[in-house]
Amino acid sequence: MTATGISAATRPLEVAEIRADFPILGRAVRGGRPLVYLDSGATSHKPRQVLDAERDFYTIHNSAAHRGAHLLGEEATDAYEGARARVAAFINGDRGEIVFAKSATEALNLVAYAMSNAATAGPEAERFRVGPGDEVLVTEMEHHANLVPWQQLCQRTGATLRWFGITPDGRLDLSNAAELIGDRTKIVAITYQSNVTGAIPPVGQIAALAHARGALVVVDGAQSVPHRPVDVAALGADFLAFSAHKMLGPSGIGVLWGRRELLGAMPPFITGGSMIEVVRMEVSTFLPPPERFEAGVPAAAQAVGLAAACDYLDALGMQNVAAHEEALTAHALDALGAIDGVRILGPLSTDDRGGAVSFTIDGVHPHDVGQLLDELGIAVRANHHCAWPLHRALGVQASTRATFYVYNTHGEVDALAEGVRQAQRFFAAA
Amino acid sequence: MEVESMYREIILDHYRHPHSRGLRGPYDAEVHHVNPLCGDEVTLRVALKDAGGEPAIADVSYDALGCSISQASASVMTQTLIGKTVREAMGISAAFLELMQSRGTAEPDEDLLGDAVAFEGVSKYPARVKCALLGWMAWKDATAQALDVTGQADEEQT
Repeated sequence: MTATGISAATRPLEVAEIRADFPILGRAVRGGRPLVYLDSGATSHKPRQVLDAERDFYTIHNSAAHRGAHLLGEEATDAYEGARARVAAFINGDRGEIVFAKSATEALNLVAYAMSNAATAGPEAERFRVGPGDEVLVTEMEHHANLVPWQQLCQRTGATLRWFGITPDGRLDLSNAAELIGDRTKIVAITYQSNVTGAIPPVGQIAALAHARGALVVVDGAQSVPHRPVDVAALGADFLAFSAHKMLGPSGIGVLWGRRELLGAMPPFITGGSMIEVVRMEVSTFLPPPERFEAGVPAAAQAVGLAAACDYLDALGMQNVAAHEEALTAHALDALGAIDGVRILGPLSTDDRGGAVSFTIDGVHPHDVGQLLDELGIAVRANHHCAWPLHRALGVQASTRATFYVYNTHGEVDALAEGVRQAQRFFAAA
Repeated sequence: MEVESMYREIILDHYRHPHSRGLRGPYDAEVHHVNPLCGDEVTLRVALKDAGGEPAIADVSYDALGCSISQASASVMTQTLIGKTVREAMGISAAFLELMQSRGTAEPDEDLLGDAVAFEGVSKYPARVKCALLGWMAWKDATAQALDVTGQADEEQT
């Protein structure tokens, strides 16, 4: 058993059957080549079960949830609330703790804005207030979505931003954790897996340190919830954000899970219809969570699609998904590591490491690597992957990144390695 | 490979053996431009001179980090624009911009653009157009600033 909690008792995924569920994997790309999609860390593809669920909603039930004195309105509400319960079960949470947002990015912003809104909210919001002298702690390996909102919170409130650094192999540097997490720390915002190096920080350990000092813990689960079992009851975090589109679900919907008592005391971020209790011209009161944080007509079709994605992933078994990706990652680390001139950013083993493999090639810029791979039908990401400070800390300007998911094969990993060799040959100095 | 329509040999030559690379003086304006999509960056200097009563490009130099397309494009830009009057250079720059935005449908004027016509293939790859334009846009910005600094802006505001 590895420290990621993946037990040996897994069964292999039937990848050929899985691939048959994803219509897009059947299309040809440049030069009529088959698609080798290694960019699921950016967004995943959607199986027909998810597409059908969304289409069925629009075809049969479409209406504005939580409104309308009619049958369709009831059905839409049931579908939306059913999806909430389904997502809660997926992460072992409670349905009242699931807030639907536009994306993980918006979910993280929701918490950050609620914290500055706490300044003018009632006494129940006291624990969310930050100001001069308070500290907000992040890490150097964050995606911009879990960094910039906290920088902005500090700018709005006068709080101080601090951060964990990283080790040369792209893991979190915990050597000064006891100094960083102190009585001034109000919130610790940390990723559950780097989207660049794949490193999985010890979130539970950090959360315990933070809670001992009375700080709140926000976890960016965008690269975790899609890829391995995540149990919020065991995680130790106060908030967890993730996006549907990275876990076989639709774009346009994400999730904020938060502890019930915290959501209950937290002021709203986006305001408007659906989230109010009583509205007068002078002032309004708000509904309890989760509705308090869901202004506007709910994205019911997207929620239904996300619920179908949860069904799909649970049918595969998240332990099996994790084991499959771990095998692909190990293969990629071996195959790319064997090529002269390739530098892998991040841990070289799969211990506490997920399926994001970023690398640089001596003398070939990532954008050019990506272009050559694209020519071969291999889709990767090639830039700073919205983690510019992390790249700076690793001493590189940008990188090429391959990410894996349930539909990827070992043959595709071999194609990637061969493509890297071709790129090296193409750009070899004349 | 189809991609060779983009990575023309002349582009790879400029990438491997860039012109005017390395910042040098004297100069009238310096700018720093970044492509936020990929983090590519260029620091670029422009020096103007007087050419028969009209401002002209005395020198362009740059320091850059980026892909082959952005590096080669900056190199070709310096080779194409140094020595031209600002008026001529702005015309060439506009023609290059038009070529890059053509999605592969333009018929570029080789007499006007010189080696820069080699980037025609890049216009078929929308994600790379910003790479090709990075150095050119930095040049345009630096030149506008240099015209201000040297008091020649009024004549060139068209």
